[in-house]
Amino acid sequence: MKNGKKVHDSQLSDRIANYVFYAIALVICLILAALLIYILVAGLPHVSWHFLTSPAKSFQAGGGIGIQLFNSFYLLVLTMIISIPISLGAGIWLSEYAKKNWLTDVIRTSIEILSSLPSVVVGLFGFILFVLEFNLGFSLLSGALALTIFSLPLLTTNVENALQSIHFTQREAGLALGLSRIETVWKIVIPAALPNILTGIILASGRVFGEAAALIYTAGQSAPRLNFGNWNIFDLSSPLSPFRPAETLAVHIWKVNSEGLVPDAALVSAGASAVLVLTVLIFNFAARYLGNRLYQRMTGGQN
Amino acid sequence: MDPIRESLLKTSKKTRRERRGRIITFACILLIVVMVAALLLFVTFKGLATFFVNHVNPISFLFGTNWNPGQKNPQLGALPMFLGSILVTIFSAIVATPFAIGAATFMTEISPRTGKKFLQPVMELLVGIPSVVYGFIGLTVFVPLMRNLFGGSGFGILTATLVLFVMVLPTITSMTTDALNSVPRNYRESSLALGATRFQTIYKVVWRSATPGIMTAVVFGMSRAFGEALAVQMVIGNAALMPHSLISPASTLTSILTMGIGNSVMGTLENNALWSLALLLLLMSLLFNMLVRWIGRRSSLK
Repeated sequence: MKNGKKVHDSQLSDRIANYVFYAIALVICLILAALLIYILVAGLPHVSWHFLTSPAKSFQAGGGIGIQLFNSFYLLVLTMIISIPISLGAGIWLSEYAKKNWLTDVIRTSIEILSSLPSVVVGLFGFILFVLEFNLGFSLLSGALALTIFSLPLLTTNVENALQSIHFTQREAGLALGLSRIETVWKIVIPAALPNILTGIILASGRVFGEAAALIYTAGQSAPRLNFGNWNIFDLSSPLSPFRPAETLAVHIWKVNSEGLVPDAALVSAGASAVLVLTVLIFNFAARYLGNRLYQRMTGGQN
Repeated sequence: MDPIRESLLKTSKKTRRERRGRIITFACILLIVVMVAALLLFVTFKGLATFFVNHVNPISFLFGTNWNPGQKNPQLGALPMFLGSILVTIFSAIVATPFAIGAATFMTEISPRTGKKFLQPVMELLVGIPSVVYGFIGLTVFVPLMRNLFGGSGFGILTATLVLFVMVLPTITSMTTDALNSVPRNYRESSLALGATRFQTIYKVVWRSATPGIMTAVVFGMSRAFGEALAVQMVIGNAALMPHSLISPASTLTSILTMGIGNSVMGTLENNALWSLALLLLLMSLLFNMLVRWIGRRSSLK
C-alpha cells in the first residue's frame, strides 16, 4: 500500500458489509417513503368534504365514501366492545392462573394457531357460523364477531405480556394487604399495565380497521343508504343497527378494483386508500403518544 | 349461629370473589379454545364434502391441472393455484429474507440508535398499512410497470411477489431482530477480542447462533404470504392456469377463493370444491405452524 497502511481483506469486507447494511436500511426507508408519498399524492387531492361524507355510487363517477367510512369506525367500535373484555379475561388467566401443564399447552397452541390462520379462512368460518348457522345474515354483527376472532389472539397476547411486565412485588404488596388474587390483578396490576394494554388495543384497532378479507363474507359487500336521523337500533336504515349489511372502507377499495364497474375506480380507491392509511398512521402515533403519556402520568417517571 | 363461628366456617367473601374471577377468566380462555376447535372442525367438514359427498378423487384434486368447477363436466384440479400459492410464497421469501436480515442486523449490530429511531417505526408503519392498499398500489404501480418492462398484461406471479415482498418484510425483520437480540453479548465480545472484524463477528458468530430464530422468522413470513388474499388477488390476474412464466396471469388458493365463493351456491359441487381449497389453505397454515414449532424444539435442545 502506498501510504504504508496495509488494508486487510477482512477489513475491506467489513467496510463493504457496512455499506451494504446501510444501503439496505436506506432502501427500506425509501420504499416506505415512496409508498406513503404515492398514496398521499395520488389520493389526497381527491379527498374532500364531499368525498368523505357522500354515499358511494355503483355505476357512475363521483361517488363518496361516507357510509363506508362510518361503517369502518362503527364496526371497529363493535369489535372492540366484544373483544376487549374477552381478551382481558383470557390474558388475566394466562398471566395469573395458567399452570405449566397440558391444558395450558393446548390453550397456547390454540392461540398460536388462531393468530397464524389466514384471514380468508377466518372470514369463511365467520360466514358459515355467524351468517348461516346463527342466521345473522351479512351484517355488522357477523362482521364484528369475525373480526373478534381475528383480533383475539393479538389482544390476548398483548394483555398477557402487559400484565407479565408488572413487577411481582406489586402483586405481593396487594396480596399482603389482604386482597384476593383477582382483586390484586384488577385494582393494582391492570392499572399499572394500562398504558401497555391501551397501546396494544390501539395498534390492534389499526389492523382491524384495515382488514378486508375476513369481512367480505361476513359484513357483506353492500352499503345500503342510511338515514342518520333514525336512532332506532332495530331499524335497518338506522346507522346504529348492528343487523344491517355494511361494506367497510377496505372492502370498498377491494370491490371497486376487482369489479371495475365504477368509471372512476382508480380515483375513488386512491382517495379511500389515502384516508385508510392516514387513519392507520393516526392510530400508530396515537398509540405511541398515549402510551407514553399514560406511562408518565401513572408512574411519574420519564420514559 | 354465632356470627364469628359462621364467618369462620363459611367461605369468605374474598374467596368467593376469587373463585368467581377465576371462573370468568377461564371462561374467556375456554371461549377462544372452543372457537379454534370449531373453526378447524367446520372448515374440515365443509372441505371434505367434495370427497365424501361428490366423490371426487383427492389425488386428482391435488394434482389435476384443469379447474372448471362450474361446467357440466366439472374438472377439479387444484394444482395450478396450489402451485401459484407456493411460487409466490417462495419467491417473496427469497427476495425478502436478505433485506430482512440486513435490516435486522443494521438495527441490532451496526447502528442500534438510528435503527430504533428510523427503521423500527418504518417497519411498524409497513405492518400497519392495510393489505388492500398494498393491492391497490400493486395494481396502479407495479402492474403497469411490469407491463412496460416485460410486456404481457402485467398481472402475474412476479407482480404478486413484489407486493408480497413489502408485506412480509416487516414480519421477517421484526422476528429476525428478536433472534439477533437474543444472541448473548459475550459471544460478540469474545469474537471481537479474538481479533475478528465486526462483519466477521456478525457473519460467523451472530448469524450462525441466531439461525433457528431467523428460520422461524422466514417460515412465519412465508405463512403470511401464503395466506394473504386480497392484495395478491388484485395483482395476480386470477387465471386458473398452470403458471408457465412469471409474467403471465396465474392464481393462488386465496385468490380463487375470494373470487369464487360469493358467486357459487352453497352445497353445489363448485362451492364444495372451493371449501376444499379453504381446507388446503388451513392445512398449509397448520403445516407452517408445525414447522415453526419443530425448528423451535430442535434449537432448544442444544
